[in-house]
Amino acid sequence: MRNKKGVILWLLIVAVLFAASLMCGSPAGETESVQTAMRDAVLHDINRISLFGIKDVNPGLISAFCVTGILLIAALILRITVIPGFTYVPGKAQLLMETLVGMFDGMAKENSPHRNKGLGLYIFTAGVYIFCSTIFELFGFQAVTTEGTSIALPAPLSDVNAAIALGCLSYLFIISGGVMQNGITGVGRALKEFSLPISMSFRLFGALLSGLLVTELVYYYITLSFVLPVIIGVLFTLLHALIQSYVLTMLTALYYGEVSEPKSDKNRIK
Amino acid sequence: MGVPLNIDWQQILLHLMNFAILAGGLYFLLYKPVKDFMDKRAAHYKEMEEEAAKKISDADELRDSYQKQLEDVRAEIEKERNEARRENEAEAKKQIEEARKQAEKIIAEARAEAERDSEKALHDSQEAMKELVAAATERLMIKNDDKAIDMFLDSVERGQQHEPEG
Repeated sequence: MRNKKGVILWLLIVAVLFAASLMCGSPAGETESVQTAMRDAVLHDINRISLFGIKDVNPGLISAFCVTGILLIAALILRITVIPGFTYVPGKAQLLMETLVGMFDGMAKENSPHRNKGLGLYIFTAGVYIFCSTIFELFGFQAVTTEGTSIALPAPLSDVNAAIALGCLSYLFIISGGVMQNGITGVGRALKEFSLPISMSFRLFGALLSGLLVTELVYYYITLSFVLPVIIGVLFTLLHALIQSYVLTMLTALYYGEVSEPKSDKNRIK
Repeated sequence: MGVPLNIDWQQILLHLMNFAILAGGLYFLLYKPVKDFMDKRAAHYKEMEEEAAKKISDADELRDSYQKQLEDVRAEIEKERNEARRENEAEAKKQIEEARKQAEKIIAEARAEAERDSEKALHDSQEAMKELVAAATERLMIKNDDKAIDMFLDSVERGQQHEPEG
């Protein structure tokens, strides 16, 4: 009896909320068309945010600064509270941090056995940054555009500038490994993969942008805003975060290992 | 014609700067301390492993040393035992020899004593015989004349001269 009453009440609440949402309509739909929203998601030429009044920038850059700030504050808190209490038999928090650092360090050593000191740090930072910045869009932090409207901050890497920056930086880092190990020959090896910066940049951009576009599309239409966002907004974002972190770090480590391989070793393998 | 996809080099550089700040911050706040601790722990366990290996090696050496000492002691015991056996055998042989000599001596003494006894018995029997003869002669002298006595005495004297010495 009680169960029946509870189910009826729950259905009533759902029906009222559904009716209310239909009556209220969508403010986004009123201000911009779906085409405009899609175009802005790709090009960021409409909704821009002022960077301390110096320059109007894409929301992705503000997201990137926010992610960096959050990560550094979290790292500082961990440095002060957790790291001093490290023991030889690790607790849960210590185990998590050691696993994270050990995973990227191990990936660097495995893929680039000859030179891997800086590589471990680079892929650790890149992995953490990509994962956290992709997760960042789930929280829907709000920012005010130059036109006075409020927008949810997107994932930084859905901005083509961020993706290009990370892709090119990874390529430059790979070249630096080749130069330090093999001099000019190392540059030659890295330049052989001339499409790498483009593929890395646009792989990131495409993966993150596709997620953003799908999410924008779903949220644009009120009728799609039930149940679907749980799958698209959360699960897809989590999967994206994991996959893109793994792909970029693994590619960087692999290419770095290849170009930093000593000449003699390569000849011996052949 | 502008740059496609709204690419902005200034924003790219800002993103790079942002990443550099993040990398530096994470290195000093998280990556380095955690990695240092992990290295320290690895070194600690490696040191423990080396110490354990050294202790095992020392124990093996000690065991070998004791084994060698034990073998030396066993060899020494065997040597002592053989020496003792040889000494015992020599002693026994010596005692047997002494006993044999003593027995020979006893036998020789017994033989000498037996000879002496035999001589004494012979001498005693001769003396007794002399006495008997003297007694018999006396009795005959009483019955017969002096001639007969003289003849008897002569014959006795001749008998004494012919007796062997012993």
